Amino acid sequence: MATLTRTTKKLYDRPVQRSRTYTWLKRLLRKPTAIVGLLIVLAFLVIALTAPWISPHNYDLADFTNARRGPSAVYPLGNDELGRDMLSRLFHGARISLTLGLTSVAIGLLIGVPLGILSGYFGGTLNLLIMSAVDIMLAFPSILLAIMLVAFLGPSLQNAMLAIGILSIPVYTRLVRSSTLTTKEELFIEAARALGASHLTILWRHILPNVLAPVIVQSTLQMAVAIQAAAALGFLGLGAPPDVPEWGNMLQKGRTYIFSAPHIVLYPGLATMLVVFGFSLLGDGLRDVLDPRLNRD
Amino acid sequence: MTQFIIRRLLLALPTLIGASFLVFWSIRLVPGDPALALAGELATPEYIAQVREKLGLDQPILIQYANYIGNVLQGDMGRSVRSGIPVLEEIQIRLPRTLLLASISLIVSSVFGIAIGVTSATKPNSWFDGGSMIFALLGVSMPIFWLGLMLMIFFSVLLPQWFGLPGPVLPPTGSGTWQHLVMPVIALAANSMALQARMTRACMLEVLQQDYIRTARAKGQQERLVIYRHGLRNALLPIVTVLGLQFGTLLGGAVLTETVFAWPGIGRLLVDAIAFRDYPIVQGAVLVIATGFVLTNLFVDILYAYLDPRIRYA
Repeated sequence: MATLTRTTKKLYDRPVQRSRTYTWLKRLLRKPTAIVGLLIVLAFLVIALTAPWISPHNYDLADFTNARRGPSAVYPLGNDELGRDMLSRLFHGARISLTLGLTSVAIGLLIGVPLGILSGYFGGTLNLLIMSAVDIMLAFPSILLAIMLVAFLGPSLQNAMLAIGILSIPVYTRLVRSSTLTTKEELFIEAARALGASHLTILWRHILPNVLAPVIVQSTLQMAVAIQAAAALGFLGLGAPPDVPEWGNMLQKGRTYIFSAPHIVLYPGLATMLVVFGFSLLGDGLRDVLDPRLNRD
Repeated sequence: MTQFIIRRLLLALPTLIGASFLVFWSIRLVPGDPALALAGELATPEYIAQVREKLGLDQPILIQYANYIGNVLQGDMGRSVRSGIPVLEEIQIRLPRTLLLASISLIVSSVFGIAIGVTSATKPNSWFDGGSMIFALLGVSMPIFWLGLMLMIFFSVLLPQWFGLPGPVLPPTGSGTWQHLVMPVIALAANSMALQARMTRACMLEVLQQDYIRTARAKGQQERLVIYRHGLRNALLPIVTVLGLQFGTLLGGAVLTETVFAWPGIGRLLVDAIAFRDYPIVQGAVLVIATGFVLTNLFVDILYAYLDPRIRYA
């Protein structure tokens, strides 16, 4: 009896449990690849946020005497085809790429997640309708759907974001639907229902929090996909207007001078690869931490 | 098996109808008159009237769609705004070149991807494993058009410079000889090779833990046979699926690769058409690529069921 009281007391005396986020973060930081990914992503975030202040030159200022010149003391990464500073343009490009990625991921999230939950929770005709729409969207390989949408809507940065966002809707819907299907069979859902909770309460309070882990993982990976797709649209001339320092745009413009000034196409591609690599590493790490079931994919 | 194929065919039909509806409808995203968009701004009033009549804009949208599909099935996808050539003819010329590029890329990427994956899985956590997996992730991260540009610099500038050659090692753009294929194939295959290496590694690692692998080793089977006959064969199923899906992705990726290397395939056709607002060509090219993608997936599903009988009854 005495021992039992002591254990109970001990349990009560224990300091407040660390939050789940803290535990996740700690487990994430145990993986070297995830740390590398996190550092890359953070570095690009800082660059994007501080671009106007850390840029050595005005990114839009043409210096024709230095057009297509390679790296020098004044211009560390050289000049582009109009003599503008490559480094400053790359910094501002990070801004555009990350904004583009975040916006399109948000579009995909805000539409795809509710659709997935509704489809998984209610099933029936609604599920059939939503999943048919998803299948139709997935009938277009990779960025083809985005290319088609932008081709008809007209090329602009907004339309590129919209198209890439639409592209990620079916990914979220599928993912969330399958986790909803398993979650809704749990005992606590039945308990909530027995307590008289409305569908909305169940969806918002009980289903949503339980399907979020894979969504967070997917969003990180989706950032990588979106940034890459944005660069591709920019390269095809379907993104921002020509003078905007978007990385894909810079690649398209620099292509003409690829043999005389290879540095113009080298750096924007390198930047794209690095940030995509960072998000992929981070996403892989998060998946191991947050969602052990998805490990094998 | 026949039953499975029929069922799967019936399931693919709504997807095809939906995808074609999306393509059909997309022209309405263009601001202004769809008839004008499809006929082109330089078209004669007679031709615009003809297109308008064919579109049947006064009819309900489902009837319009039915007419559109009826025309497509009869081989009438409209005429190019720019050249006046029927869209179908343009596609018939371009498609085989894209298929050639995509097929060779698929073969190259599978051979190397699977080989790298198997080697990594048999020596997990070795330097080869770590190195190739980082490479694989970099390969997935790289924009394929950028890889194409880098290859151009490498083969046309750096290699000749290093070895004092008079000209580019490989022709940077165009088509016609096998040399023209090398760079586009590397650019297109890299991404898919990286994916397949990662996939193969994951599947092999799991299979190699199975009891029958231990049994095979215990009975004194050669390690090579254990890996390939007992291991890879069983890991191959999911790999085949990815491989099939990759073919579709390669078709889509061809849009970028063909643009970089001026490879006159259907992807290049699409991109050029967008620049000239040649909407009938855009619709035709997208429709053909999407249909190809759906059919490949269908074929993969059937192949999967053939390889693993359990799926037929699921």
